[in-house]
Amino acid sequence: MVLELQKPRPIWQIMFSTHHTDVGLLYLIMSLGFLFLGGALALAIRAELFLPGAQIIGDAMTFNRIFTVHGTTLIFLFIIPFASAVGNYFVPIMVRYKDMAYPKLNAIAFWMIPPSGALIWLGFADFTWYATPPYSIISAPGPAADMWIFGLKILGVSSVLGAINFVVTILKCKHPDMSIGQVPLLAWSFLSSSLIILVAIPTFAAALLMLLTDRLGVTGFFNPAMGGDPISYAHLFWFTFHPEVYVLVIPAIGMMYEIIPRFSRKPIYSYNSGIFAFVLLSIVGFSSWAHHMYATGMSFTEKTVFMVGTLAAVPASAMHVYNFIATMWNSRIKFSTPMMWAIGGIALFFSAGAGGVANAAMPLDFTTHDTYWVVGHFHLFVMGTIAFGSIGYLYYMYPYVTGRMYNETMGKIHFLLSFVGTILVFFTQHVLGLYGMPRRIFDYPPIPEWIAMNQIASIGAMIIGVSMVVFLINMIHSAGKGKPANPEDPFGVGGKYYYPFESKNPSH
Amino acid sequence: MAGHSNWPEWIYVGVVIAIMCWVGAEAWEAERLVEHVPEGAEIIKVTGQQWFWTFEHEDGTKEIGELHVEKGKAYKFEIHSTDVNHSFNIHDYVVLMDAIPGRVNTVWFAPDAVGEHDIQCREYCGLIHYNMRGTLIVEEPHS
Repeated sequence: MVLELQKPRPIWQIMFSTHHTDVGLLYLIMSLGFLFLGGALALAIRAELFLPGAQIIGDAMTFNRIFTVHGTTLIFLFIIPFASAVGNYFVPIMVRYKDMAYPKLNAIAFWMIPPSGALIWLGFADFTWYATPPYSIISAPGPAADMWIFGLKILGVSSVLGAINFVVTILKCKHPDMSIGQVPLLAWSFLSSSLIILVAIPTFAAALLMLLTDRLGVTGFFNPAMGGDPISYAHLFWFTFHPEVYVLVIPAIGMMYEIIPRFSRKPIYSYNSGIFAFVLLSIVGFSSWAHHMYATGMSFTEKTVFMVGTLAAVPASAMHVYNFIATMWNSRIKFSTPMMWAIGGIALFFSAGAGGVANAAMPLDFTTHDTYWVVGHFHLFVMGTIAFGSIGYLYYMYPYVTGRMYNETMGKIHFLLSFVGTILVFFTQHVLGLYGMPRRIFDYPPIPEWIAMNQIASIGAMIIGVSMVVFLINMIHSAGKGKPANPEDPFGVGGKYYYPFESKNPSH
Repeated sequence: MAGHSNWPEWIYVGVVIAIMCWVGAEAWEAERLVEHVPEGAEIIKVTGQQWFWTFEHEDGTKEIGELHVEKGKAYKFEIHSTDVNHSFNIHDYVVLMDAIPGRVNTVWFAPDAVGEHDIQCREYCGLIHYNMRGTLIVEEPHS
């Protein structure tokens, strides 16, 4: 493992490097920067909703812009680049190759992200991360909307380039002694998610171009005034972005597959069922996109088909949970910070999945659709599962990247505050949705239940905010002043990595 | 998974699949019943536009922001929009259907008690989306 920060180098050497760990470091720092930016917007939203009436944000337009950029930032500029950071560091090492397959392409894929981040942030569009037409065509103010479209376009190309690189690295550059059935599960997760990207992203890329020409007034694909159909945009969008949910979640699950056996001091319970569940998820993920659209006036048959497709993804997710629990069963677990994040993430993954089953059931969806239930539901995935897995993995890779240990106590405080905060915010939002509060509203009528729930959620968000300050201090301080890590075994769990090609699980 | 027994995992996956089948079957049955519009349901045309709701009864009466209906009668809403997407929602009666320009979507309900309920827009539609609200007033049958 390469120790990045122990040998000080001028920053331009890292910026213009094409080495996989340098590109990984760039991805890492940029994604964490956007995590804090996007998180700050979330705190502004929660502060605004603490009470009915305008609080800290003066007007609805600013509020609408804030939640749009919040969602876009955290999905496209934090979660995806963070996964790329982990993939860049670990995939070449896991397949025992000297670098990514195409190092220059790798650096290009990274350097496409800062300009698109700048477009999104300087534009500050207001049409939600879903850019729903005809609002986005006839009503959304430019140039913010156009800048958002171009930003997403560039991000899409970057994702595709990154995905090609991962697929080729894993399939073509792995060590000749290593069969594909011996590649560690983290690398398998990147293989699965990269293949999903390659199949899913082109659809949205087309939809974005059509949206742009519609905005320019030269076409009317999604504009009913010109004979177009806004529902066709919804299909194109969700055909990309429902599978994209799995693009986000699969690498996070892969990171848990790395952490959990390590800190359970045991090989993974079933390597094959992990691969099977990854592959199954990445196929079944394509059969459920229109469950986002039950209320658009779909026929009973269409709804039934997509409900079945959605429910079909549950057993594969459940297999991962089983695998994690079976690995931890009867093992000597060391509850270091990464392990706590991983276990917390699994618990919240389970909760998010259970809520998702309720959404998928057709009649129940009409209660929850576009309410705060949905906000709570998908945040349990993106925050509770994906960010928890990612942050756990960040603590796990920290000694390898910096050569120093983070402060364990602060790491645990960060976890506990975040875990409590996440439960307070997002479980409460489920209930708030059942009381009928719609998403994406700047202000709400003074209904006592709504006020109470919003206040609990806002307090939870502030707790997460505090935990993130602890996190930031810990990361920065420990990088310079932390105690030097033992690169052989930084967490003192003993033994060695139980990669499947090295050892069979003795327990079964 | 070759070479060793994995029967607890198979049982677990079987249980999960069984639960999903049960959820799916129940949902299918419930939705089939819910979508069956009773005969003789009175039609109310609902129009969403930025940022208010307009209602037109069968007898030609028009209302803005308020909707008066009678207890015990079935109503079928024909929903459309004149500008951007909206979503017509009476949360207390689980009435939810998108209002989409160029389409007419239908949904029905039958109020069973006298009272007032909130009508709101549940699909993002721009600046005043948060206040695109109305009131449903359920009255005693007129005769």
